[in-house]
Amino acid sequence: MKIVLRNIHKQGYKGDIESYLKEQGYTALKKALTLSPSQIIEEVKKARLLGRGGAGFPCGVKWEFVYREKEFPKYVVCNADEGEPGTFKDRLILENDPHLLIEAMIICGFAIGAEEGFIYLRGEYFKAYQILERALEEARSKGFLGEHILNSNFSFHIRLYRGAGAYICGEETALLDSLEGKKGQSRVKPPFPTFVGFKNKPTVLNNVETFANITQILLNGGEWFAQIGSSHSPGTKLYCLSGDVKKPGVYELPTNISLNQLIEEFGGGVEGELKAVLPGGVSSSLLTPDKLDVIMDYFHLQEVGSMLGSGAVIVINKDRCMVDLAKRCAEFFDYESCGKCVPCREGTKRAREILVNITRGKGELKDLELLKELAEVMFDTSRCGLGQSALNPVRSSIEKFSQEFEEHILKKRCPLGICSLC
Amino acid sequence: MKERLKQILNSYHNQREALLPCLHLIQKEEGGLSEEIALFLAKELNLPPVEVYSVASFYSMFTVKQQKAKYIIRVCVSLPCYLKGSDKILEVLHKELGINSGEVSADKKFFIEEVSCLGACGKAPVMLINETLYDNLTPEKVREIISQLKDENSTEEYSQTGL
Ligand SMILES: Cc1cc2nc3c(=O)[nH]c(=O)nc-3n(C[C@H](O)[C@H](O)[C@H](O)COP(=O)(O)O)c2cc1C
Ligand code: SF4
Ligand code: FES
Repeated sequence: MKIVLRNIHKQGYKGDIESYLKEQGYTALKKALTLSPSQIIEEVKKARLLGRGGAGFPCGVKWEFVYREKEFPKYVVCNADEGEPGTFKDRLILENDPHLLIEAMIICGFAIGAEEGFIYLRGEYFKAYQILERALEEARSKGFLGEHILNSNFSFHIRLYRGAGAYICGEETALLDSLEGKKGQSRVKPPFPTFVGFKNKPTVLNNVETFANITQILLNGGEWFAQIGSSHSPGTKLYCLSGDVKKPGVYELPTNISLNQLIEEFGGGVEGELKAVLPGGVSSSLLTPDKLDVIMDYFHLQEVGSMLGSGAVIVINKDRCMVDLAKRCAEFFDYESCGKCVPCREGTKRAREILVNITRGKGELKDLELLKELAEVMFDTSRCGLGQSALNPVRSSIEKFSQEFEEHILKKRCPLGICSLC
Repeated sequence: MKERLKQILNSYHNQREALLPCLHLIQKEEGGLSEEIALFLAKELNLPPVEVYSVASFYSMFTVKQQKAKYIIRVCVSLPCYLKGSDKILEVLHKELGINSGEVSADKKFFIEEVSCLGACGKAPVMLINETLYDNLTPEKVREIISQLKDENSTEEYSQTGL
């Protein structure tokens, strides 16, 4: 079942406007223009499409919030800042089927009453930038974008905006600040962007993959979509398989797939022997092989103490040292913390220091308790999701692989010979 | 330069949203933000100069020091690439170019930067050289790419660096 990648998977599909038009391109927009905004929102709500950027918030509800706001102008923003390590699905869509996103954003604009939209694109996505620029131009020249779209009273413009190398700008409020030409640091929530968004106006902000589901929902109906995959979070998901797996890549599968099926049937199995999986990137908690039966939707992954996040499934085999990997994750968050709030700014730094010490044979047993406590404090007191989830992989690897940590600390020995303890 | 910046500023009606697009152009053309340009932007956008600097230094793709290199090599060091040997890739680059990460080579040709995930983890390990992505890297492949870049002696325009 392909929804998001249905075009991309077709032989010879090029992603330009001619190819797109041959595959029902812009027919959803034509249909949308014959409906009322509330009818469109009703379909999206019926589909029960959950946001695919990580938080899993119902897309239709978000659109409805903004639709009901009386403040104008309103804005549509696409989060194309894909930066969670292990996530490489949005780039696939942006480079290979840009009109799928553009059409959905126009429909969203029509539904909520916005006339302007932004695609906030990762600064390092140079190729996608060129492709999107061209696609926007194509859409304008065919009358799908701009003034009086398809001779209607509806006008909508999209601007492409480049980020500049800051992971935190993927967080929605930091993204909005960045889009306003400021440092990308997160805002206090609430108020949520649906009420106080871009330039303090009501704003729908969705991930690329979320938008990429919209045209098919409109063409086939919300009920059709709601029947696909898991009942908790219907539809398909683009799972990004990476790490120690035989066939890494992006796989679009119904959300009721199990982790085991994903790795074995689609990923061709583990490269080596399975030790652990990070099912939602380096912000999620590790799963051990006894949890392989878990269904890969938001609800079930939370039930086993982890999360789906953006769908970055990182497979780790038995040749890996968990202390070393925990240190790597801590280094990432220390580097990417935006520094706005103390728990995260200081916490990520201390966590990295402690882990570096342990990998150098200078750790103490009480460090492990300290790290767990730090994880708790950061979860409770950090201002945004980065700090709240930064120590998930660290905490879960201490819990699940305590022996490895203890060996580094007590015996000054890395069982796998990876850390050079001196 | 100022003329081109003015075009960007105009397209954003001199609102501060123009700042990041301007900084991208400056980085690409001049390899960093000079004092003169910073003051110019501050004036045009009606911002204190320190605000322009603070934004420029927040983002890793911008530098406030002008630092030019013909090739900016950005090596992904995030977990999936690390699992596939990004540290070996860095080792080869350091050795072949005689510089560490964060440094420019003596001939001003190369700059190495360690960056977070580049969204190509299915083909790890990867690196970007200027705007081109190189994936499924091996030490041999990296040596080959570098020797090709070292050999060509064109004098094209220098492009951006980032810290
Ligand atoms: C630290 C951090 C980084 C994030 N990075 C991204 C990202 O790169 N892309 C994305 O779509 N959402 C990202 N998110 C989630 C966004 O804040 C937001 O929930 C999402 O873009 C909303 O769109 P959706 O409802 O369609 O998922 C990030 C969140 C946090 C806390
Ligand atoms: S939690 Fe971290 S990233 Fe988020 S606002 Fe605080 S310092 Fe910034
Ligand atoms: S981890 Fe290197 S590209 Fe994603």
